[in-house]
Amino acid sequence: MGRIRAWRPVSRLLSESAAGREQPAIAEAGSLASRSALLQANTLAVEIRNAAARRGNRLIWSGVSAEIRRGEFLAVLGPNGVGKSTLVKVILGLLPLASGEVRVLGQPPGRANRDIGYLPQRRSFDPGLRVRGVDIVRLGLDGHRWGIPLPGLNRLTERGREEDARVLDAIQLVDAEEFATRPIGEVSGGEQQRLLIAQALIRNPSLLVLDEPLDSLDLPNQAASAALLNRICEERGVTVLMVAHNVNPILSYLDRVIYLARGGSVSGTPEEVITAETLTRLYGTPIEVFRTADGHLVVVGQPEPPHGDVHAHLVS
Amino acid sequence: MDPHLTWNLYRDVTQLFDYPFMVNAYRAGTIVAVTAAIIGWFMVLRRQTFAGHTFALVSFPGAAGAILIGVSATYGFFAFSICAALVIAAASRSSRGGYIEESAVIGTVQALGLAFGFLFVSLSHRNVSGAQALLFGSLVGITNDQVIQLLAGGLIVLAIVGFIWRPLLFASVDPDVAAARGVPVQVLAVVFLLVLAVAAAEASQVTGSLLVFALLVLPPATAELLVERPGLSLLTAVAIALLVTWLGLAMSYYNDYPIGFHITSLAFGAYLLAQGWRRLPRWTPFARTSV
Repeated sequence: MGRIRAWRPVSRLLSESAAGREQPAIAEAGSLASRSALLQANTLAVEIRNAAARRGNRLIWSGVSAEIRRGEFLAVLGPNGVGKSTLVKVILGLLPLASGEVRVLGQPPGRANRDIGYLPQRRSFDPGLRVRGVDIVRLGLDGHRWGIPLPGLNRLTERGREEDARVLDAIQLVDAEEFATRPIGEVSGGEQQRLLIAQALIRNPSLLVLDEPLDSLDLPNQAASAALLNRICEERGVTVLMVAHNVNPILSYLDRVIYLARGGSVSGTPEEVITAETLTRLYGTPIEVFRTADGHLVVVGQPEPPHGDVHAHLVS
Repeated sequence: MDPHLTWNLYRDVTQLFDYPFMVNAYRAGTIVAVTAAIIGWFMVLRRQTFAGHTFALVSFPGAAGAILIGVSATYGFFAFSICAALVIAAASRSSRGGYIEESAVIGTVQALGLAFGFLFVSLSHRNVSGAQALLFGSLVGITNDQVIQLLAGGLIVLAIVGFIWRPLLFASVDPDVAAARGVPVQVLAVVFLLVLAVAAAEASQVTGSLLVFALLVLPPATAELLVERPGLSLLTAVAIALLVTWLGLAMSYYNDYPIGFHITSLAFGAYLLAQGWRRLPRWTPFARTSV
């Protein structure tokens, strides 16, 4: 991080970076491992064995098994209410399993959370919230620390300068320099999303877990966010696990999908899993999969609303 | 006593401190302004102004009850306010119904508190001005003991908030992520309610129960309009609260209008100015630039 002159406040560095006067800082810490090396190493980021989850007395799903390799871009798919967010909570250790086993980054769930970046289901910030984007990003770094922060002293210590550099790096990674110093309530939904991704990435996690990150965005922003996540996955070697309602914006980037159903799951490459036979078997009801001329997938006949939201009227 | 303004500005200021009660009023006002502005800043951020108002109103029957049984009103302020915080924390934690449930509980506590306040006031056969002092604040009669109690309460509250400052900020703007990162969001919510109760009880003793927002809401809300950086915004809130309190105390010393009125209208004036400043058209020299 030699390039960063970090004794200046982050906001100043940001505005300079946005104006193109300063070379973008590239943190060496981020390029820990290239994605291809990670994929070749074939180690598991998440391992789920015959798991079942309950909320209260209700069985959400059971018989779910899946393996997620490090460096993969993966989507958890399935109709509404099938328990996709529950799976995320289980992986984060926020909800204990009813039976079965889950290991996350080689540890029981919850232990490795410092190494996981998490974006909950959104949640857009109140328009009146007058906290800057850069402050939100920094909370991802030090928000769990007790004690009084002394903003002026931060720049005098080695650790403080390194933290400033990390904040700047995360914001540059998601191209948020232009609006990071504005109150977060005043920027658009897509811009908020990018700042939140920066917040999740600031500790250089090995695993990024996102719950329906594209849901509240318009189509161009969906495409941009998907491309950004793919770039992060490739450049930083971060494993991306994403709950999605609509597979199409991310289809071209996906290494693997997990389809979730009440009685189990199937996982594999999108070509293997998103087929009429596999989904019909999983849900026990006739399901058809169409591929449109531009390569989009339309799944028709799911028990609940289909994930091809544009084509919802096709359901018979 | 017959204080009056002269053309000698220095004499005007020293005259303020001629009487011990005025010295105590300034001490108490300073402590309360700092405490209320800092806690109020978090309260505005967390959208818990309804809870803050309730703690202040509930401290009114507390004070009236304390006077009725012959102990210092300060204890009554604190005791009732903290009890209300515990009730609200317990009720809204067990029901888990979110904000709607919480605000219903808060409303119930507030109504009950006010009813008891009137009962205690009428039982103690005090004249109307006694109740008025509790509701709208009073300058006279702040004892040395009271100042020390206010200082102790304020220091405890500020020490707690200093310690939990970053996790509390995190939990306030982004509870889900904070919880995933191991921040004890639920515990912080209860701790903050208690801290807010103490701050509201303190502020009620200067501005009165009804006008507590003058110090708890207006300075932080004004600061929020002017500054985005959290630390700086907090300091601005404290500065505004101090200025408004000191000026308000001086004004009510020199004329007969109640202290609560002066502090509130000064704080309101500052808020109006801040709103106006934000709305300045782009072409004016002082307009804010977008970044």
